[in-house]
Amino acid sequence: MIEIDSITKSYGENTVVDAVSFVVEPRTITVIVGTSGSGKTTLLRMINRLVEPSSGTIRIDGRDNREMPPFELRRSIGYVIQGHGLFPHWTVAQNIAVVPKLLEWDEARIAARVAELLDLFQLDPELFAQRYPHELSGGQQQRVGVARALAAEPNVLLMDEPFGALDPVIRAKAQEDLLAIQRRFGTTIILVTHDMEEAILLGDRIAVMDQGKLVQYATPTEMLARPADDFVETLIDSGERPFRLLSLGKAGDAVEPGDADGPAISADKTQRDALAELMWSGRSALPVESADGARLGRITVQSLLRLAARPAA
Amino acid sequence: MKAGTIIRVIAFALLVAFLVQPYWFEPFFALFANDGAPAIYNQGDLLTLTLLHLQIVFAATVAAMIVAVGLAILVTRPSGSEFLPLSRSLVNIGQTFPPVAVLALAVPAVGFGAKPTLIALFLYGLLPIFENALTGLTTLPKPVVEASRGMGMTSLQRLRKVELPLAAPVILAGIRLSVTIGLATATIGSTVAAKTLGEVIIAGLNSNNLAFVVQGGLVVAVLAVLIYDLLSALERMIARRMGRGEPA
Ligand SMILES: Nc1ncnc2c1ncn2[C@@H]1O[C@H](COP(=O)(O)OP(=O)(O)OP(=O)(O)O)[C@@H](O)[C@H]1O
Ligand SMILES: [Mg+2]
Repeated sequence: MIEIDSITKSYGENTVVDAVSFVVEPRTITVIVGTSGSGKTTLLRMINRLVEPSSGTIRIDGRDNREMPPFELRRSIGYVIQGHGLFPHWTVAQNIAVVPKLLEWDEARIAARVAELLDLFQLDPELFAQRYPHELSGGQQQRVGVARALAAEPNVLLMDEPFGALDPVIRAKAQEDLLAIQRRFGTTIILVTHDMEEAILLGDRIAVMDQGKLVQYATPTEMLARPADDFVETLIDSGERPFRLLSLGKAGDAVEPGDADGPAISADKTQRDALAELMWSGRSALPVESADGARLGRITVQSLLRLAARPAA
Repeated sequence: MKAGTIIRVIAFALLVAFLVQPYWFEPFFALFANDGAPAIYNQGDLLTLTLLHLQIVFAATVAAMIVAVGLAILVTRPSGSEFLPLSRSLVNIGQTFPPVAVLALAVPAVGFGAKPTLIALFLYGLLPIFENALTGLTTLPKPVVEASRGMGMTSLQRLRKVELPLAAPVILAGIRLSVTIGLATATIGSTVAAKTLGEVIIAGLNSNNLAFVVQGGLVVAVLAVLIYDLLSALERMIARRMGRGEPA
């Protein structure tokens, strides 16, 4: 659990993070969204004390983060930096091993962990372990950056626009991988992004920042239904709102009994995917099947339209 | 092998041959000598002089490197940043003094011989190394420095594992400059009785023997070019390893 307790950071007259408080539950993903310069990075960096707050407290699992020396704190928290920041003079394997080395793990354990992570991020050790960062594509560099942050099995992972530089296809893949890894290790993640779409996709909760202030902290559904102010409203883009709402639900959750013609959709697709499929194929109902191919029922345009409507207050 | 490499190997072979067996080259240098005057330097061993020349440059450069890099490290730490302007001007003063003036001032203080030459070369070598070390340590890629903090390195670990290795090619370029200047400047040391290749040139000037001047000058020039190239190659190798490409 991460408790951020009226944290303020000022540079001279300029208050860039202004009395921000919120609590991140263990094993969840919180996404910080906001326009450029709203203080997202500064807030994130106060958690691992790359920036010292002017006032306020941050507690990680109940302990004030100022209780231990900064370098020890940082070794226990994964950090994915804006613009990957891989060490250019070290190989991929050495980059991933950096925190375990600082923690003085024995060689065998480090090697095993590096191999495990390369495998997890689909980087063939034969091909990639001995390469230097400049010999990788942007997408590969980004994966190594995340692997490095996870190397010492941190409970908390801070990510600053980790997918900002990726093309849409690679980005979608990276987001999927992140969700899978988060579920597998139960890591508590705080992720910064500009992109509301990404926030809705990844976030259990979303924190919206504007000019240093936290304007809303809520689940994606709550935020879509009841944006706190005009700024949040603009950010979630009212024209997209029903579709974003649908993108939060699984097709399997909108199944009703009955059958329909044509190819089926998998239950773990989003309701938005289902609506798109309905519109594109000109059908009014789709069969839904589970991952193992069993028919579960059907999904109709009417039911999706109901689900896309503004939730009752 | 590339043409450039072949030329360098040949130059090195000729240099060694000349230093070990100078009389093989007598017919060539006789072209520059007046009738009856010796064509090959005969007041000492050329190989010994060359080794002493290299030794004095090497010692001065190592000392300059330790002091300059040490200073650059100190003034680029947060606690030392207020000394940055001061150390810059101190090192600049070292550079604005002509080497002859340093020699002239040093002789009364430390006497004739190698010492005043060492002092002059040391002062002369400081600035290029210091400037380059400062550039190298202050222009590191920001995300990388951030990452080294974010991963939990202590300030000493950051310096040792990240900052110095990344600044190494630029620092090495400064050392290269300093060595080349030193190799040429060391010849002046012979005016205050330091044993360097300057002796050969001065002997030539005193006895109006162009052959001595040419052979002294050639040995210094070939040494300077070869060492310069060797250090450049080393720099490129390190820079390539770090994905920085060719150093500017
Ligand atoms: N060291 C500093 N000194 C002075 N001002 C700073 C410093 N670091 C950040 N700021 C200011 O604080 C504000 C917030 O910066 P921050 O990097 O947190 O924004 P951000 O929300 O992460 O922006 P972006 O989305 O562009 O990354 C900016 O106006 C920035 O200029
Ligand atoms: Mg930022």
